[in-house]
Amino acid sequence: MLTVPIEIQILFAGILFLIGLVGLLVRRNMIFMLMSIEIMFNSAGLVFIIAGNHLKQPDGQVMFIFILAVTAVEVAIALALILQVYHHYKTLDSDAINKLKD
Amino acid sequence: MTIYIALIPAIPLLGFLVLALFGSTLNRKVVGYIGAGSVGLAALLTFIAGAHFIKSLPLVRSYSVVLWEWINAGNLKADISFSLDSLSLVFCFVITFVGFLIHVYSIEFMANDEGFSRFFAYMNLFVGSMLILVMADNILLLYLGWEGVGLCSYLLIGFWYKKPENGYAARKAFIITRIGDTAMIIGIFILFLSFGTLNINELMQQVSVKWTAGSSIAVLTAALLLGGALGKSAQLPLQTWLPDAMAGPSPVSALIHAATMVTAGVYLIARTHVLFSLAPIVMTAIAVIGALTLLISGFSALTQHDLKRILAYSTISQIGYMFLALGIGAWSAAVFHFMIHAFFKALLFLAAGIVILVLNEEHDIFRMGGLRKKLPAVFWTFLIGSASLSALPLITAGFYSKDQILWYAFSSESGNSLLWIAGIIGAFLTALYSFRMVFIVFFGETKTNPSFMPGKQMTVPIIILAVLSVVGGFVELPASIGNIHLFSNLVGNTLPPAVVRETGHSEIMLMSFSAIIVLAGIYLAYMAYLRKPDLSESFNHSRINKFFEKGWGFDTLYDTLVVKPVVWLSGIDKNDVFDWMNIGIARLTLLANNLLSITQNGKLRWYLMSFTIGIVLILTYMICR
Repeated sequence: MLTVPIEIQILFAGILFLIGLVGLLVRRNMIFMLMSIEIMFNSAGLVFIIAGNHLKQPDGQVMFIFILAVTAVEVAIALALILQVYHHYKTLDSDAINKLKD
Repeated sequence: MTIYIALIPAIPLLGFLVLALFGSTLNRKVVGYIGAGSVGLAALLTFIAGAHFIKSLPLVRSYSVVLWEWINAGNLKADISFSLDSLSLVFCFVITFVGFLIHVYSIEFMANDEGFSRFFAYMNLFVGSMLILVMADNILLLYLGWEGVGLCSYLLIGFWYKKPENGYAARKAFIITRIGDTAMIIGIFILFLSFGTLNINELMQQVSVKWTAGSSIAVLTAALLLGGALGKSAQLPLQTWLPDAMAGPSPVSALIHAATMVTAGVYLIARTHVLFSLAPIVMTAIAVIGALTLLISGFSALTQHDLKRILAYSTISQIGYMFLALGIGAWSAAVFHFMIHAFFKALLFLAAGIVILVLNEEHDIFRMGGLRKKLPAVFWTFLIGSASLSALPLITAGFYSKDQILWYAFSSESGNSLLWIAGIIGAFLTALYSFRMVFIVFFGETKTNPSFMPGKQMTVPIIILAVLSVVGGFVELPASIGNIHLFSNLVGNTLPPAVVRETGHSEIMLMSFSAIIVLAGIYLAYMAYLRKPDLSESFNHSRINKFFEKGWGFDTLYDTLVVKPVVWLSGIDKNDVFDWMNIGIARLTLLANNLLSITQNGKLRWYLMSFTIGIVLILTYMICR
């Protein structure tokens, strides 16, 4: 079995996280921002898997299943919120929604 | 007896508490009953206490009651304790009885005012404080009452506080009387330092034993107390507040600025007469100030256009007579004139209040006229009041009280013909300006029609006061006519009689002379203001008229001498180093606030960016540490 060094694995997860972060920062459409958050979640999950694999223990995979459940809930709520925002503002632009500043 | 003495000031104060706490929730009828009722009850108690007092007179000359200890610190001891002697009895009688009539009048006068319960709360507080002032056993409690009435005067002058000039008049009255009060409290400090007690009777005993006549400390203390009396009683040079104080409702002018509070100075001097007799210079000063004040304000009263301002200047002038009497040692005459003046001046103010009210707030006498037929009850009572004010011979009370002062001004030991001449000129002026009011307001052609007729609650009190303005004089008749001395015998239990020297002129001669002067004044008023108005026309437009009308320029003088320099100085002092510190703190806070509020711009991605930067910074720090 081909083994990849642990540093490369962590680096991969880090790149994934950065892609998600940059996507979150540069996108204004809230659907895409949500997707970027999902990518960041998954990169975090990946780190758990890598660590579990490295230490030869099942805890990492258990944590990942937890994260999946949390992510499912989060997506459900976030989509509902986005739907409401769209109803209200007729746009998905996150910069347009700034009424809370006053 | 003691329970009456304690209850007389307590009941109006209780009325004040009830009205102040629950006044806004009670309906107007109940407020009126409480407001007038508490003063009426106090009047009733004063009558009972007075009857007891007079019955036991030669044996017991004063009653006192200690209610509780007020202050006890080191050798400073003061109790809440009241005493009643003949001097305070006369004052209590006027305060409660005239006060009660004015309260009854106010129920109708203020009926449509939104501050109805506030008005009665203040009025009850005033009556309570004034009673504390005149019944106080120690001089500190007297000072408490003194400041209490000052506060009520301030509150009631500015009663219609929505007009800024009323608030200005209220502040002016408060600040000018405060100048006198400061002198007075220093005088009280000197008395306390010298004798270690505050009880008035003890103080007066000690003063007569330990201080010699004419010694500098006695003169200084008397002069300081006189300062307080001058401020409160609106005498020269602190008289400028009283004409402006007419901004308050008419019942307030009648009760506070005519009948009672402004005579507190007379009370103070009469109460501490032992001290004043030790300071002959101050006594002379009081007589001269009284004479000057009565002349100056007499001339000013002659030129005013506002009905209430005429009465205000007239009040200053009549209190000038009282001070003249005090200055020559005719204590009883001063108190007698105080009582009669309270009757007729309260009457005049209340009647003027009705005239102003039914003419829809018309104050200018030249826009009134011909009211004789329209308001007969007000006309007759006003006529009686004016007659009493101008001392119409034989029938009015004012004649007997003023004549006593004039007689002592001429014949008492410290009196002289100059003071008498001032008094005679003042009497002429009084007759002239009183009947100027009567002829202009009630005779001639009708210029404004009354919009409604005054009700019984306003006319009955002035009719009672009109009766008193006539019969009140018969309790004290001079030796040449009637020879009745009920009043001076009563007051003589507290105040020594005036010492008369032999002058070679009989009282009846001087009396006839002043009677002729008064009649001449009334005749001149009749000619100049009713029969031949062109007689007064040239005077009305002269420069001297304007000068008198502005109160001899005292306001302008004080404005340039005191007010403007103080305003200028405080303008400079506005930006001193301590203010920089305060302003600096405020500016810094504002700056930080502005900086921080930039960060809260409502843009989600900005927040995310700052999160990210923060995390990067923290991570960098933790790694590079």
